[in-house]
Amino acid sequence: MDAIMLQEKLVERLLCPRVRTARQKEKQYVGFATLPNQVHRKSVKKGFDFTLMVAGESGMGKSTLVNSLFLTDLYKERKLLNAEERINQTVEIIKHTVDIEEKGVKLKLTIVDTPGFGDAVNNNECWKPITDYIDQQFEQYFRDESGLNRKNIQDNRVHCCLYFIPPFGHGLRPVDVEFMKALHEKVNIIPLIAKADCLTPNEIKKLKDRIREEIDKFGIKVYQFPECDSDEDEEFKQLDKELKECTPFAVIGSNTVVEARGQRVRGRLYPWGIVEVENQSHCDFVKLRNMLIRSHMHDLKDVTCDVHYENYRAQCIQEMTSKLAQDNRMESPIPILPLSTPDVETEKLIKLKDEELKRMQEMLNKMQQQMHDKEQ
Amino acid sequence: MCRGAVLMKADLSCTLLTMAANEHEEKRNLELGGHVGFDSLPDQLVSKSVAQGFCFNILCVGETGIGKSTLMNTLFNTTFENEEASHYQSEVQLRPQTYDLQESNVNLKLTVVHTVGFGDQINKGQSHKPILDYIDAQFERYLEEELKIRRSLFNCHDTRIHICLYFIAPTGHSLKSLDLVTMKKLDSKVNIIPVIAKADTVSKSELDKLKIKIMSELVSNGVQIYQFPTEDEAVAEINTSMNTHLPFAVVGSVEDVKVGNKMVKARLYPWGSVQVENENHCDFVKLREMLLRVNMEDLREQTHARHYELYRRCKLEEMGFKDTGPDSQSFSLQETYEAKRKEFLVDLQRKEEEMRQMFVSKVKETEAELKEKEKELHERFEQLKRMHQDEKKNLEEKRRDLEEEMNAFNRRKVAAETLMGQALQGCSQPFKKDKDKKNFFSLPSACSLTSGRNLN
Repeated sequence: MDAIMLQEKLVERLLCPRVRTARQKEKQYVGFATLPNQVHRKSVKKGFDFTLMVAGESGMGKSTLVNSLFLTDLYKERKLLNAEERINQTVEIIKHTVDIEEKGVKLKLTIVDTPGFGDAVNNNECWKPITDYIDQQFEQYFRDESGLNRKNIQDNRVHCCLYFIPPFGHGLRPVDVEFMKALHEKVNIIPLIAKADCLTPNEIKKLKDRIREEIDKFGIKVYQFPECDSDEDEEFKQLDKELKECTPFAVIGSNTVVEARGQRVRGRLYPWGIVEVENQSHCDFVKLRNMLIRSHMHDLKDVTCDVHYENYRAQCIQEMTSKLAQDNRMESPIPILPLSTPDVETEKLIKLKDEELKRMQEMLNKMQQQMHDKEQ
Repeated sequence: MCRGAVLMKADLSCTLLTMAANEHEEKRNLELGGHVGFDSLPDQLVSKSVAQGFCFNILCVGETGIGKSTLMNTLFNTTFENEEASHYQSEVQLRPQTYDLQESNVNLKLTVVHTVGFGDQINKGQSHKPILDYIDAQFERYLEEELKIRRSLFNCHDTRIHICLYFIAPTGHSLKSLDLVTMKKLDSKVNIIPVIAKADTVSKSELDKLKIKIMSELVSNGVQIYQFPTEDEAVAEINTSMNTHLPFAVVGSVEDVKVGNKMVKARLYPWGSVQVENENHCDFVKLREMLLRVNMEDLREQTHARHYELYRRCKLEEMGFKDTGPDSQSFSLQETYEAKRKEFLVDLQRKEEEMRQMFVSKVKETEAELKEKEKELHERFEQLKRMHQDEKKNLEEKRRDLEEEMNAFNRRKVAAETLMGQALQGCSQPFKKDKDKKNFFSLPSACSLTSGRNLN
């Protein structure tokens, strides 16, 4: 119970920064301390959006987990393929968009599904459709951002990718490594151990250590939680540290509600016991949910915008300018060119101004000279 | 029913033959007057087999980490040494290990073959090949032993795979595409029993759905898994009921956990413990019954009678042996063998001839080449010689010219000296001097002219 209370506190703290304004009452009150409130109000009015991608082999429990996370049923009519149909299956990208609301805060949630990943017999480059999709979203945003009318830009960039690692093996498999390496510089990857109810606590620990080791070994850059500020108090830091040591999260999902310990909870019913999804000693589902939704959702968006998108943009521009240098022609569809090659009018103006400046400089020099002479 | 009809047909043909052979003898059923004692024949057979020892070979096919080794340990209640496999094998390998086990007074030579690296590669199209090759290799080994002239079949260690346990990952939906492809390739070579591994991740309702889905997929794709035999009345009932429980959902564990007041094999979770030998929890007990306690001998028989015979037939047909010739008269193996041998020898001779001819022609070729080269060399030698001679001639001529010039020069010198002497003597004769001078100057030119002419 202690851990839960602490976590609640953590969540509160992140959501309500206004508590600090009380300290300012002694000094003369200017009033900009209400900025956070204003931001809060505006953002509630505007609404939020979030794009989450789930990737992993068929049958890892991705849909179940998404349903458990957002407490809805996103996958009503789903057609599952037979084994013989999957022998040569290619990866598809399917988007589900839902609008959900909680306490007046609206969230436009987009889940990007990748059915067919890792299911065929030959999985060479099965991650290509996924990387292409992510690049496409970046490109579209890039064009919109450089356009003339920027009022209603739709942000379809993928903010986070949950990658489901099967718990049946001894660690990461080659296809896992290749997928994460292809994507780690384009999107925030959060690896998860799926179907964790087939592992005893010891086995979970061993597998987590193994996976962390292999992630380091192969140089995969998964999403890192931001360091907490040094002026936070100990329990916050402790929680943060625990969270970091728990990765990758071992999760269980469930679509069904069962009766356990007198309450109705989401869980899985076995002859030997009941696994509760929200029980911290059973799995890390609660940690994942808190991290993903309650504390770090915005940070994920920020990292996507500030790091991944900027990398993409810089790369894109570099390619274009190097191509231009080769071609030596002013042929490019992106209208950011006005900055590097200004049009004729502004050029003229600039030239005029330059000349004026030069003239003035000369006059100044002359005057100085005259003064100098007079002195002498 | 079909099998019964076949048996009847066989019987009929048998009796027809015997009737054809001895038309006057009839098979009669006789009543025995007392206890003879041949009812101990099965016991004799049993004691002989026990003395010989039994042989059993299991092949475990499944992804890395799916629990093959743990299940083997649990089945045989012992710890087979097995190192953990890595996920990064570039291709599937098979690791056979043989153990000698003993229970009561029965010796069992158990060989367990694990697939290492199965399902780990990104391109799994060739995953089934090493497995098929291994199974064929064991059949081949037995076939060789059978075809030997001096053979010791009873002594030889039978390494043919009697049973293949295929471990299906419990993803909850259905078979994986790799599973389907592999099982399809293996079903005509070995007895397959599919098992759902790590079944403690599938809840009861999901399990029923999964089993139905898997069996329907296998049936619709024509995969023939091993069916427990239902002809023998002693085991018919249990076998038929077990056939409906396929594929078995198993959980393996070698750790003992205290449940109630007993120590049982189980897996301990925060929410409960999965007992391996509890029939409500998983089908491990069923698998053990079927595999070891009831049908082991039948598995061996099926391997020998069905899979091995099929392999043998295909192999011999490949080699060209036939049971019936073009005019549908039966050949004996010997005749076919003789024919084959003759063919082979003729072939061999032909090849020898070919090789010899090739050798001869090659030799001729090289000879011709060498001759040509020799000619060439000669030519060059001649050429050089000629050049050398020309040069020599040139030099000689030049030398002669030089000598002539020297002689001319010497003469001029002598003439000049004499003239000088004359001039000294007759100083008062200037005209003569001029004349002489003239003569003196014209002389060398005349000399040079003559010497020039001499050259030509």
